[in-house]
Amino acid sequence: MDSRRASRTVSDPKIRQVGFFAPPPDRTFSGPPDPISTSTPNPATTTTTAANSPSSPPISDLSPTGNSLPPVMIPPPRHSSDTTHRLVPSPLRRDTLSLTVGSNNNNISSSPSGGFDLTAVKASSVPASGLTTVSVLKTLPPGFTETIVEKVGGSVEMQNDLPANSKPLKERTSKAERRALQEAQRAAKAAAKAEGSKLPATTSGAAASANVKPAKATKPSSQKNDSATVASSEKKGGDRPPEKDRKKDAPHPRMQYDDKSRVEKAKRRAVVKQTEARNRVELFRHLPQYEHGTQLPDLESKFFQLDPVHPVVYKVGLQYISGDISGGNARCIAMLQAFQEAIKDYSTPDEKTVTRDLTAKINSYVSFLNECRPLSISMGNAIRFLKNRIAKLPLTLSESEAKAFLQSDIEQFINEKIILADKVIVKHAVTKIRDGDVLLTYGSSSAVEMILLHAHELGKQFRVVIVDSRPKLEGQLLLRRLVGKGLSCTYANINAVSYIMHEVTRVFLGASSVLSNGTVYSRVGTACVAMVAHEFRVPVLVCCEAYKFHERVQLDSICSNELGDPDAISKVPGREDINYLDGCTNSENLQLLNLIYDATPSDYVSMIVTDYGMVPPTSVPVIVREYCRDQVWI
Amino acid sequence: MWWRSASFILDQRHLQEDPPNDIASSSSKQPPDTLSSLSPPQTQNSTFMATAADPFNPIPNPKISAYYQTRAAHTAVVTSDWLAQAQAAVGHHPDDAQAAQTHQPLLAASPSSGKSFCVINEFNNWRKQPDLAEAVAAIRALAAVIRASEATTMMELEIELKKASDSLKSWDTTSISLTAGCDLFMRYVTRTSALEYEDFNSARSRLIERAEKFGEISCKARRIIAMLSQDFIFDGCTILVHGFSRVVLEVLKTAAQNKKLFRVFCTEGRPDRTGLRLSNELAKLDVPVKLLIDSAVAYTMDEVDMVFVGADGVVESGGIINMMGTYQIALVAHSMNKPVYVAAESYKFARLYPLDQKDMAPALRPIDFGVPIPSKVEVERSARDYTPPQYLTLLFTDLGVLTPSVVSDELIQLYL
Repeated sequence: MDSRRASRTVSDPKIRQVGFFAPPPDRTFSGPPDPISTSTPNPATTTTTAANSPSSPPISDLSPTGNSLPPVMIPPPRHSSDTTHRLVPSPLRRDTLSLTVGSNNNNISSSPSGGFDLTAVKASSVPASGLTTVSVLKTLPPGFTETIVEKVGGSVEMQNDLPANSKPLKERTSKAERRALQEAQRAAKAAAKAEGSKLPATTSGAAASANVKPAKATKPSSQKNDSATVASSEKKGGDRPPEKDRKKDAPHPRMQYDDKSRVEKAKRRAVVKQTEARNRVELFRHLPQYEHGTQLPDLESKFFQLDPVHPVVYKVGLQYISGDISGGNARCIAMLQAFQEAIKDYSTPDEKTVTRDLTAKINSYVSFLNECRPLSISMGNAIRFLKNRIAKLPLTLSESEAKAFLQSDIEQFINEKIILADKVIVKHAVTKIRDGDVLLTYGSSSAVEMILLHAHELGKQFRVVIVDSRPKLEGQLLLRRLVGKGLSCTYANINAVSYIMHEVTRVFLGASSVLSNGTVYSRVGTACVAMVAHEFRVPVLVCCEAYKFHERVQLDSICSNELGDPDAISKVPGREDINYLDGCTNSENLQLLNLIYDATPSDYVSMIVTDYGMVPPTSVPVIVREYCRDQVWI
Repeated sequence: MWWRSASFILDQRHLQEDPPNDIASSSSKQPPDTLSSLSPPQTQNSTFMATAADPFNPIPNPKISAYYQTRAAHTAVVTSDWLAQAQAAVGHHPDDAQAAQTHQPLLAASPSSGKSFCVINEFNNWRKQPDLAEAVAAIRALAAVIRASEATTMMELEIELKKASDSLKSWDTTSISLTAGCDLFMRYVTRTSALEYEDFNSARSRLIERAEKFGEISCKARRIIAMLSQDFIFDGCTILVHGFSRVVLEVLKTAAQNKKLFRVFCTEGRPDRTGLRLSNELAKLDVPVKLLIDSAVAYTMDEVDMVFVGADGVVESGGIINMMGTYQIALVAHSMNKPVYVAAESYKFARLYPLDQKDMAPALRPIDFGVPIPSKVEVERSARDYTPPQYLTLLFTDLGVLTPSVVSDELIQLYL
């Protein structure tokens, strides 16, 4: 292991390249000088060039795809199929890479153990109902929860018996399978080495594990596959997602949905079957958008087939889809608690190490959740934290100790990074509220709500203006709670913001994330409110926990965003008389755009209130640099 | 941030150049570089007697903030009552100097007289030196606390220090540099893990050593800034200066010594007319000076090449809090695309974040309009305003030449 790590650092110096650049021609490919394929080998390309893909490196880490593969594993010999594929002008070079690997491993692929199917883990993300900053945590309809509970026990056994009948057995093993086999071998070797066992490790170990479940098509091997790669990548410890393994078959969480071939592939594998919405706005074709309302029953019916997904995670995923849990913090906490439960119920399979197998498990959960609704940046940070903890588990710990360790780590993350952080934010922000202030807030942010309530408890005399917008109207929820506590409130729609702004003295906004250039990524409409406030010289305070900071830079709201249900904006519920769009929603020349997020430029932000104090937006990179070592918040 | 002070740019020979102020040299017969010696010069300079007689009640007149009193004493504000005070002060000097001489060995001989030790007295004594900034005086006073402390454990000492700094801070809550200086000192002196592994005596002497070093760096800060800013003053330029700032004076003095040809526009600096004093000083250096009334800033701005101001405090946003009028000058300069440079020592960096002008503790001062004001007429008496960072071009500090956004970087590194 160590020697491999060393060789990696030598052969693959950590280079960061930003912007457009011509990568050196790759030795691996001797094929036609296709510009796309030549750029593939460069490790820095995907992460940094927005041109290639707006995909975010950090998010990519979450998925099994983001894990690095040592350069040794990328085989030079070209398969004939490679060339053909490479000639396809695919915007992402991940295809080509995966092909190379697969072809390379052809000889192994015939082994039965490799048979697995990545379908279940495929990510075609569901545009869930809009992401809100409010923490809404509703329980599922009682009937539904019960079903889950009842089925918890059963599902586990189910998974083993669930062979290939959901998928026809393949004649020819897929690349993924071959790849999986390879990973399994490697894992076995590593395990053997670690335990110091004298076994002629490589093939025999893999074969042994493989033979145990020869026909088992789906889950276990995929987990194995994931775990091995993850472990290897994490061992390297770098924060750079090396390109090479990026090419794994699982779609990138930030997949480019305008790439038809990839979408097709992803769809075939997706657990959550989504119907694509038809007319998407030109600029946003790269984002997933689906017809709403179809997934829930479908997923429910598939409960027994989703073996790798722990029931609690499954429940959380469904809650994401249905919109019962929304709001950055609520989603993140729900996810972490689900992982906690899953870890509690986890037991390491034979011949596997906790570190690897658990990481694989978490990976599969993450991609499941990502399908239900694209992950937020804060969730990405939390997942990275968890994976880092798993990777750093001391080998000496027993399984139960390790589990307890991880559970308390998660608990600590929730407490320190979210709950305590909110308290600190409230403490800081309250000092900026004076008697006689008129505070404006947009939408519904849990942090802002806490601030307002706390200031009210302190007896400060102030008025609140809540600005809201269609289609979610989440401000009404906040309004209801504030009015219930006796605050004096004004409610306005965002159309009135330029009118109402002149009497406002402070604007408090929540955020889904704050990026390195100070850009605030938040509920759509926030940028508009911030801009009006800036024009009126009203200070804009953004309240955001530091775990939501991200080192990425984003200049617009286009390249990374989430699309909501287009019907939500074309129809007005409860107003039958507003039916002008009836019948034209399917028309070719109508494109409906329901954006969930937007990016507020840092110019409009006077101050960011975080758990590290009140800082100007220019200091976000400082905090990321100081407290987010290796992209893990400490 | 202190460990990477830009003091290397200070040549050894420049160390000597610190012009000994007449009061300081007459009252304490120590050369300036021994300022960090064991006890402060006990100058009972009575300029301040009236206000500082009772150290625990620094605000005899609640309408005048302690901040303003300090400033008036330090920058020799030209007001009628100041003149009266100054006159009264002249007579006392010889005696005070004597008293200082006799008192000094006494203190040095009995460093354990901690019971009678009062940090505020100490602070006030240091503060009497007109060239010593308030924050540096506070640092010196806190260093004296360590020295005089009878604590036997690190914890005890830290608590004692904390108490002393708190009492200093509460002594004048309106002074930003005092608060910032105390905070910085506490961080600088106590933030080290090495302290935990040593025995008490060596840790204590290490603290004292750090305190001395800190005081020294603070003293040198002004020279460093003057050196750093020389590259920005070019021959033939016109500099607009607002109010009286010792750092800015040092900058201009150094430029004049370097034979740069420039002229200076001084605003009058109503109501305490600090600009007059600056123009006096500059005239002594043969720098061409023109006095403006405060309202003539926009009128003259097109002739101006750069604006130089000092700062009472540099806040976390990178903006500055400075004498009233700085904001409007910065606004005018910004709209005419003239650079605004701020000269401020890094001990003025404060963990404050005002959002607007009213978002800070007001420092009030008396304003003399020359004619009686009807009682119904309200008078804005705030002594300072806040200039947001977007109107500032660069900050010259002893950490180097910084853009406003770096201030927060430094503060985060220091305090978090």
